[in-house]
Amino acid sequence: MNVRQVAELLDAQVLCGENNLDLEVHDACGSDMMSDVLAFVKNQAVLLTGLVNIQVVRTADMMDMVCIVFVRGKMPDEDMIALARRKGMVLMSTRHRMFTACGLLWDNGLRGGVTDELVETDL
Amino acid sequence: MNSLKLTYEVDGEDFTRAGEASSNVKKQLRKLGISPEAIRKVAIALYEGEINMVIHADGGNIDVEITPQKINMVLKDHGKGIADIDKAMQEGYSTAPDEVRSLGFGAGMGLPNMKKYSDEMRIESTVGVGTTVYMTVNL
Repeated sequence: MNVRQVAELLDAQVLCGENNLDLEVHDACGSDMMSDVLAFVKNQAVLLTGLVNIQVVRTADMMDMVCIVFVRGKMPDEDMIALARRKGMVLMSTRHRMFTACGLLWDNGLRGGVTDELVETDL
Repeated sequence: MNSLKLTYEVDGEDFTRAGEASSNVKKQLRKLGISPEAIRKVAIALYEGEINMVIHADGGNIDVEITPQKINMVLKDHGKGIADIDKAMQEGYSTAPDEVRSLGFGAGMGLPNMKKYSDEMRIESTVGVGTTVYMTVNL
Protein backbone atom coordinates (compact mmCIF):
# COMPACT_ATOMS: atom_id res chain seq x y z
CA MET A 1 0.00 0.00 0.00
CA ASN A 2 1.08 3.61 -0.14
CA VAL A 3 1.34 6.17 2.65
CA ARG A 4 -1.94 7.78 1.62
CA GLN A 5 -3.72 4.46 2.21
CA VAL A 6 -2.08 4.19 5.64
CA ALA A 7 -3.61 7.56 6.52
CA GLU A 8 -7.01 6.55 5.14
CA LEU A 9 -7.11 3.21 6.92
CA LEU A 10 -6.23 4.85 10.23
CA ASP A 11 -8.46 7.87 9.62
CA ALA A 12 -5.33 9.84 10.42
CA GLN A 13 -4.59 13.51 10.13
CA VAL A 14 -1.53 14.10 7.93
CA LEU A 15 0.68 16.77 9.51
CA CYS A 16 3.51 17.07 7.00
CA GLY A 17 5.10 15.33 4.03
CA GLU A 18 2.03 15.64 1.81
CA ASN A 19 4.26 15.30 -1.27
CA ASN A 20 5.30 11.80 -0.24
CA LEU A 21 1.87 10.22 0.19
CA ASP A 22 2.31 8.10 -2.92
CA LEU A 23 5.41 6.30 -1.56
CA GLU A 24 4.92 2.54 -1.40
CA VAL A 25 5.39 0.89 1.98
CA HIS A 26 5.41 -2.83 2.81
CA ASP A 27 6.54 -3.16 6.41
CA ALA A 28 5.91 -1.37 9.68
CA CYS A 29 6.84 -1.56 13.33
CA GLY A 30 5.17 -0.36 16.50
CA SER A 31 7.27 0.71 19.48
CA ASP A 32 7.64 3.36 22.16
CA MET A 33 11.24 2.36 22.81
CA MET A 34 13.53 3.99 20.28
CA SER A 35 16.51 1.81 21.24
CA ASP A 36 14.48 -1.23 20.21
CA VAL A 37 13.64 0.42 16.91
CA LEU A 38 17.35 1.04 16.36
CA ALA A 39 18.21 -2.52 17.36
CA PHE A 40 15.63 -4.55 15.50
CA VAL A 41 14.15 -2.60 12.63
CA LYS A 42 15.33 -3.46 9.16
CA ASN A 43 13.74 -1.85 6.14
CA GLN A 44 10.46 -1.17 7.86
CA ALA A 45 9.18 2.07 6.38
CA VAL A 46 6.46 3.00 8.88
CA LEU A 47 6.87 3.59 12.61
CA LEU A 48 3.80 3.57 14.87
CA THR A 49 4.45 5.05 18.28
CA GLY A 50 2.83 6.64 21.29
CA LEU A 51 6.04 8.47 22.16
CA VAL A 52 6.23 12.14 21.27
CA ASN A 53 9.62 13.82 21.25
CA ILE A 54 12.06 14.92 18.61
CA GLN A 55 14.21 11.80 19.01
CA VAL A 56 11.36 9.79 17.48
CA VAL A 57 11.87 11.73 14.24
CA ARG A 58 15.65 11.39 14.47
CA THR A 59 15.40 7.65 15.09
CA ALA A 60 13.12 7.21 12.08
CA ASP A 61 15.53 9.28 10.02
CA MET A 62 18.51 7.11 11.02
CA MET A 63 16.49 4.06 9.91
CA ASP A 64 15.46 5.67 6.59
CA MET A 65 11.79 5.35 7.51
CA VAL A 66 9.34 7.37 5.47
CA CYS A 67 6.36 7.71 7.78
CA ILE A 68 5.61 8.05 11.50
CA VAL A 69 2.11 7.41 12.85
CA PHE A 70 1.38 8.85 16.30
CA VAL A 71 -1.31 6.78 18.01
CA ARG A 72 -3.94 7.69 20.62
CA GLY A 73 -4.34 11.14 19.10
CA LYS A 74 -0.88 12.26 20.13
CA MET A 75 0.43 15.30 18.31
CA PRO A 76 4.05 16.17 17.51
CA ASP A 77 5.21 19.70 18.26
CA GLU A 78 6.35 22.29 15.70
CA ASP A 79 10.04 21.36 16.02
CA MET A 80 9.29 17.73 15.23
CA ILE A 81 7.17 18.68 12.24
CA ALA A 82 9.86 21.06 10.97
CA LEU A 83 12.57 18.37 11.23
CA ALA A 84 10.37 15.76 9.56
CA ARG A 85 9.57 18.19 6.78
CA ARG A 86 13.29 18.80 6.16
CA LYS A 87 13.80 15.04 5.92
CA GLY A 88 10.83 14.54 3.59
CA MET A 89 9.09 12.35 6.13
CA VAL A 90 5.32 12.00 6.54
CA LEU A 91 3.95 12.55 10.06
CA MET A 92 0.36 11.65 10.87
CA SER A 93 -1.79 11.32 13.96
CA THR A 94 -4.55 8.75 14.47
CA ARG A 95 -7.06 8.45 17.29
CA HIS A 96 -6.71 4.67 17.26
CA ARG A 97 -4.69 2.98 19.97
CA MET A 98 -1.47 1.19 19.09
CA PHE A 99 -2.95 -2.33 18.98
CA THR A 100 -5.87 -1.28 16.82
CA ALA A 101 -3.74 0.81 14.48
CA CYS A 102 -1.28 -2.05 13.95
CA GLY A 103 -4.18 -4.47 13.45
CA LEU A 104 -5.84 -2.31 10.82
CA LEU A 105 -2.61 -2.03 8.84
CA TRP A 106 -1.82 -5.74 9.14
CA ASP A 107 -5.33 -6.64 8.07
CA ASN A 108 -4.80 -4.62 4.93
CA GLY A 109 -1.46 -6.09 3.96
CA LEU A 110 1.32 -4.34 5.86
CA ARG A 111 3.74 -6.73 7.52
CA GLY A 112 6.25 -6.55 10.34
CA GLY A 113 9.31 -7.70 8.47
CA VAL A 114 11.68 -10.35 9.71
CA THR A 115 14.96 -9.79 11.48
CA ASP A 116 17.58 -12.39 12.29
CA GLU A 117 18.36 -10.44 15.43
CA LEU A 118 14.97 -11.29 16.93
CA VAL A 119 15.91 -14.95 16.87
CA GLU A 120 19.41 -14.35 18.18
CA THR A 121 18.29 -12.34 21.19
CA ASP A 122 15.46 -14.76 21.98
CA LEU A 123 12.81 -12.10 22.42
CA MET B 1 39.69 9.39 -2.28
CA ASN B 2 41.87 10.81 0.46
CA SER B 3 40.76 10.55 4.04
CA LEU B 4 38.17 13.07 5.21
CA LYS B 5 37.79 14.17 8.81
CA LEU B 6 34.66 15.49 10.49
CA THR B 7 34.55 16.87 14.01
CA TYR B 8 31.52 17.61 16.17
CA GLU B 9 30.87 18.93 19.63
CA VAL B 10 27.90 17.30 21.37
CA ASP B 11 25.93 19.60 23.66
CA GLY B 12 25.22 17.73 26.86
CA GLU B 13 22.60 20.19 28.04
CA ASP B 14 20.10 19.73 25.26
CA PHE B 15 18.48 16.34 24.68
CA THR B 16 16.49 17.76 21.76
CA ARG B 17 19.72 18.36 19.81
CA ALA B 18 21.16 14.88 20.37
CA GLY B 19 21.49 13.22 16.98
CA GLU B 20 22.39 16.34 15.02
CA ALA B 21 25.99 15.20 14.55
CA SER B 22 24.91 11.70 13.43
CA SER B 23 22.40 13.20 11.04
CA ASN B 24 25.09 15.43 9.56
CA VAL B 25 27.55 12.53 9.18
CA LYS B 26 24.85 10.55 7.44
CA LYS B 27 24.30 13.40 4.99
CA GLN B 28 28.05 13.70 4.27
CA LEU B 29 28.40 9.95 3.69
CA ARG B 30 25.52 10.04 1.25
CA LYS B 31 27.22 12.82 -0.69
CA LEU B 32 30.36 10.69 -0.87
CA GLY B 33 28.41 7.82 -2.39
CA ILE B 34 29.05 5.39 0.49
CA SER B 35 26.82 2.27 0.39
CA PRO B 36 23.43 2.61 2.15
CA GLU B 37 24.21 -0.38 4.38
CA ALA B 38 27.45 1.17 5.65
CA ILE B 39 25.74 4.54 6.11
CA ARG B 40 23.02 2.94 8.21
CA LYS B 41 25.57 1.15 10.41
CA VAL B 42 27.52 4.36 10.99
CA ALA B 43 24.38 6.42 11.58
CA ILE B 44 22.91 4.08 14.19
CA ALA B 45 26.19 3.45 16.02
CA LEU B 46 26.96 7.16 16.17
CA TYR B 47 23.43 8.14 17.13
CA GLU B 48 23.38 5.73 20.07
CA GLY B 49 26.78 7.07 21.10
CA GLU B 50 25.56 10.63 20.86
CA ILE B 51 22.48 9.84 22.96
CA ASN B 52 24.76 8.18 25.55
CA MET B 53 26.95 11.27 25.71
CA VAL B 54 23.94 13.46 26.46
CA ILE B 55 22.33 11.05 28.95
CA HIS B 56 25.43 10.05 30.88
CA ALA B 57 28.27 12.48 30.27
CA ASP B 58 27.16 16.09 29.71
CA GLY B 59 28.23 15.91 26.09
CA GLY B 60 31.60 15.39 24.46
CA ASN B 61 33.36 15.31 21.11
CA ILE B 62 32.97 13.13 18.04
CA ASP B 63 35.67 12.66 15.43
CA VAL B 64 34.91 10.78 12.25
CA GLU B 65 37.55 9.78 9.72
CA ILE B 66 36.48 8.44 6.36
CA THR B 67 39.07 6.54 4.34
CA PRO B 68 38.56 4.45 1.20
CA GLN B 69 38.64 1.27 3.32
CA LYS B 70 36.76 2.21 6.49
CA ILE B 71 35.09 4.79 8.68
CA ASN B 72 36.69 5.38 12.07
CA MET B 73 34.69 7.05 14.83
CA VAL B 74 36.02 8.32 18.15
CA LEU B 75 33.54 9.48 20.80
CA LYS B 76 35.22 11.13 23.75
CA ASP B 77 33.55 12.48 26.87
CA HIS B 78 34.60 13.74 30.27
CA GLY B 79 31.68 12.20 32.12
CA LYS B 80 31.65 9.98 35.16
CA GLY B 81 33.12 6.97 33.35
CA ILE B 82 31.98 3.34 33.25
CA ALA B 83 32.86 1.26 36.33
CA ASP B 84 32.19 -2.16 34.78
CA ILE B 85 32.44 -2.18 30.98
CA ASP B 86 31.46 -5.86 30.63
CA LYS B 87 28.29 -5.22 32.57
CA ALA B 88 27.54 -2.07 30.58
CA MET B 89 27.79 -4.12 27.38
CA GLN B 90 25.02 -6.50 28.50
CA GLU B 91 21.68 -5.98 26.78
CA GLY B 92 19.16 -4.61 29.23
CA TYR B 93 21.68 -3.27 31.72
CA SER B 94 21.27 0.46 32.20
CA THR B 95 22.09 3.13 34.75
CA ALA B 96 19.91 5.69 33.01
CA PRO B 97 17.27 7.43 35.15
CA ASP B 98 13.55 6.80 34.60
CA GLU B 99 13.12 10.16 32.87
CA VAL B 100 15.42 8.95 30.09
CA ARG B 101 13.32 5.80 29.66
CA SER B 102 10.24 7.97 29.25
CA LEU B 103 12.05 9.58 26.30
CA GLY B 104 12.43 6.21 24.55
CA PHE B 105 16.00 5.38 25.56
CA GLY B 106 17.78 3.95 28.58
CA ALA B 107 16.71 0.36 27.95
CA GLY B 108 20.27 -0.88 28.11
CA MET B 109 20.54 -1.26 24.34
CA GLY B 110 22.86 1.65 23.56
CA LEU B 111 26.30 0.05 23.87
CA PRO B 112 25.10 -3.36 22.55
CA ASN B 113 23.64 -1.57 19.53
CA MET B 114 26.89 0.30 18.96
CA LYS B 115 28.79 -2.99 19.04
CA LYS B 116 26.27 -4.67 16.78
CA TYR B 117 26.41 -2.03 14.08
CA SER B 118 30.18 -1.45 14.10
CA ASP B 119 32.74 -3.93 12.79
CA GLU B 120 35.17 -3.12 15.59
CA MET B 121 34.54 -1.41 18.90
CA ARG B 122 36.74 -0.64 21.87
CA ILE B 123 35.93 1.28 25.05
CA GLU B 124 38.43 3.02 27.30
CA SER B 125 36.98 4.40 30.49
CA THR B 126 38.21 5.70 33.81
CA VAL B 127 35.74 6.42 36.57
CA GLY B 128 35.66 10.13 37.33
CA VAL B 129 37.68 11.00 34.21
CA GLY B 130 35.61 9.98 31.20
CA THR B 131 35.02 7.51 28.44
CA THR B 132 36.32 7.14 24.90
CA VAL B 133 34.62 4.79 22.46
CA TYR B 134 36.41 3.77 19.27
CA MET B 135 34.28 2.29 16.51
CA THR B 136 35.08 1.24 12.96
CA VAL B 137 32.78 0.36 10.09
CA ASN B 138 34.51 -1.33 7.17
CA LEU B 139 33.62 -0.26 3.64
